[in-house]
Amino acid sequence: MSIRERLSGNEASAIAMKQINPDVVAAFPITPSTEIPQYFSTFVSNGTVDTEFVAVESEHSAMSACIGAEAAGGRAMTATSSNGLALMWEMVYIASSLRLPIVMPLVNRAISGPLNIHNDHSDAMGIRDSGWIMLFSENNQEAYDNLIMAHRIAEHKDVRLPLCVCQDGFITSHSIENIELIEDDKVKNFVGEYKPEHYLLNDKEPIAVGPMDLQAYLFEHKYQQANAMRAAKKIILEVAEDFEKMTGRKYSFFEEYKLEDAEIAIICMNSTAGTTKVVVDALREQGVKAGLLKLRVFRPFPAEEIAKAVSHVKALAVLDKAESLNACGGALFTDVTSGLYTNGMQVPTVNYVYGIGGRDTTTKEIEGVYQDLQEIASTGKVENPYRYFGLKGGAK
Amino acid sequence: MAYNVKEIVANKPARFTAGHRMCAGCGAPPVARMIMRALKEEDHAVVSNATGCMEVSTCIYPYTSWTTSYIHTAFECAAATCSGAEAAYKAMKRQGKLPEDKHTKFITFGGDGGTYDIGIQSLSGAMERGHDMTYVCYDNGAYMNTGIQRSSATPRFADTTTSPAGDVIPGKMQSRKDLTEIMASHHLPYVAQTIGVNNFKDLYEKAEKAIYTEGPTFLNVLAPCPRGWGYPTDMLMQINKLAIDTCYWPLYEVVDGKYKITYKPAKKLPIEEFLKPQRRFKHMFKPGNEWMIEAFQEEVDKRWQELLDLEEITNKNND
Repeated sequence: MSIRERLSGNEASAIAMKQINPDVVAAFPITPSTEIPQYFSTFVSNGTVDTEFVAVESEHSAMSACIGAEAAGGRAMTATSSNGLALMWEMVYIASSLRLPIVMPLVNRAISGPLNIHNDHSDAMGIRDSGWIMLFSENNQEAYDNLIMAHRIAEHKDVRLPLCVCQDGFITSHSIENIELIEDDKVKNFVGEYKPEHYLLNDKEPIAVGPMDLQAYLFEHKYQQANAMRAAKKIILEVAEDFEKMTGRKYSFFEEYKLEDAEIAIICMNSTAGTTKVVVDALREQGVKAGLLKLRVFRPFPAEEIAKAVSHVKALAVLDKAESLNACGGALFTDVTSGLYTNGMQVPTVNYVYGIGGRDTTTKEIEGVYQDLQEIASTGKVENPYRYFGLKGGAK
Repeated sequence: MAYNVKEIVANKPARFTAGHRMCAGCGAPPVARMIMRALKEEDHAVVSNATGCMEVSTCIYPYTSWTTSYIHTAFECAAATCSGAEAAYKAMKRQGKLPEDKHTKFITFGGDGGTYDIGIQSLSGAMERGHDMTYVCYDNGAYMNTGIQRSSATPRFADTTTSPAGDVIPGKMQSRKDLTEIMASHHLPYVAQTIGVNNFKDLYEKAEKAIYTEGPTFLNVLAPCPRGWGYPTDMLMQINKLAIDTCYWPLYEVVDGKYKITYKPAKKLPIEEFLKPQRRFKHMFKPGNEWMIEAFQEEVDKRWQELLDLEEITNKNND
């Protein structure tokens, strides 16, 4: 029997880590992810895990230590947010290029500056081309479930890439919700033992990790890394299938919420999906055919699958909780529209940047987006594709 | 057993083989090789290497000069990387995931740029956390890999590409950071300053102590650079000898806080002897620049005296 609990997103992540029981956790405090290593260090102090907890002096060292630990042959985890991720950015790329399946909860928070501790996705967007698998979570249950699935995906021989599980800082990390936990022994069996093929601590086979890699080979190594990311798509689905057998909870690249017959639809990630579902339900009651595509797997980006899933709608809005500062839309918007174009689909699509620095996202604002979409659907024209909501005074 | 270089070279594996691409007359390869020889033959080792000359010249895909396990990640985090590997070792050993009878030792190599400057936070953190590892700084007194830029290890007045000896500013105007003292202030069980001289006896013995002292240990090894210092490549060993005979690079160790100077020259040579053969100090010998040599000598004397005092004080306290 699964265990019914009431936990915050951070607590749920820490409990998933306890059940995974990694060899090394190296972490540094940063709001709002601090609680994860904090709870975890209690498990270490009380001997409930076998983990060596490395209380590093920076996030740069957190990721460096995780790389050392994972290359040594252990399972290594960390957790971070915002500027912490920015500081470890150099090592984030190195972890992926060394093909080390490190797993990291990433509790999303606006990146400086100026300083802000609240939620948006600007931290995550900074590593979108780093070769990490990136899963997003609507609520604490999904943050927990994604972590339980993480190692099976990351460590798969066809993948061998690091993985981060995103959730919205404070909105889900600090909100207590009902959750269904899986029994310890079931998690242990599901996650399995980590058996790396080559590792530093194997005295029978000394290896060299992280060489100088010049013109003659780096291109091929990057191609292998890109192929691993492509291969991850299949593995993510396979692991989700096994997970569903164990828990009954179904996961895929994304969740289609009343999307099948929708005429207007929103694509978004993390907790905003929950807000959007409420609006979709209300609109449906009024007879408006509104739908939602909640993206779970942002990297690898399921471009073709998304394009197919929204190909029938008359108007589409992509919500970006990060301003790309590029004068041509947010990162999710450009990925989605690129996917539509490449797959030969013409769907009138509009981008909204919203929720920056923890600005509240209300059902009223989401309603406003659907109203805009109804207008676009009726005319088939997108006047201004780069929009904002929740901005004081509106965009100029 | 008395130190015998012939026996050590004949019987103990170098774990750092020929074929690397470091320059002729570079001080670093013999240092690395001798330190690796200080390992017990039966022990496995993991070497973590900071980005720098040693790394880019010894492990170029698909080749490596290291016959033991080796990892390089980036410039500033060799210590943190090593600390992670050591933490994994502890956890895996505890859970019976590794053979019980086999021991692994952890050694980090970084140049002065990767240690005194960009890597000092990572080093300080790893040492404070008490990982069972040895950090070796091979100090050649500048960023040699990128083309001889000044570091905080560069001695005063040295001509480097970012502290060029010009008409107005005669080289680097600041004194060298004393990293060995900073590491001693971490209250580590073993800290030493050494060099490759006299058949490498001092270096080997300190390496052995550092590697086999439990906990975090630190070695600072002067490793001259023929390109950056401007001496003929066949002069390496003489330069090393002059560094210790002038007391520019004192040899000493700090064992549990107790200082021991391991070499006191019978006749302390004037600093000119060390400066003269090096192109980086050439401008100091121009007429009118005598003050620079005097100032250099003064600082060497002051630091040497401080060390003598520390030796006296710490041994008195521990009686």
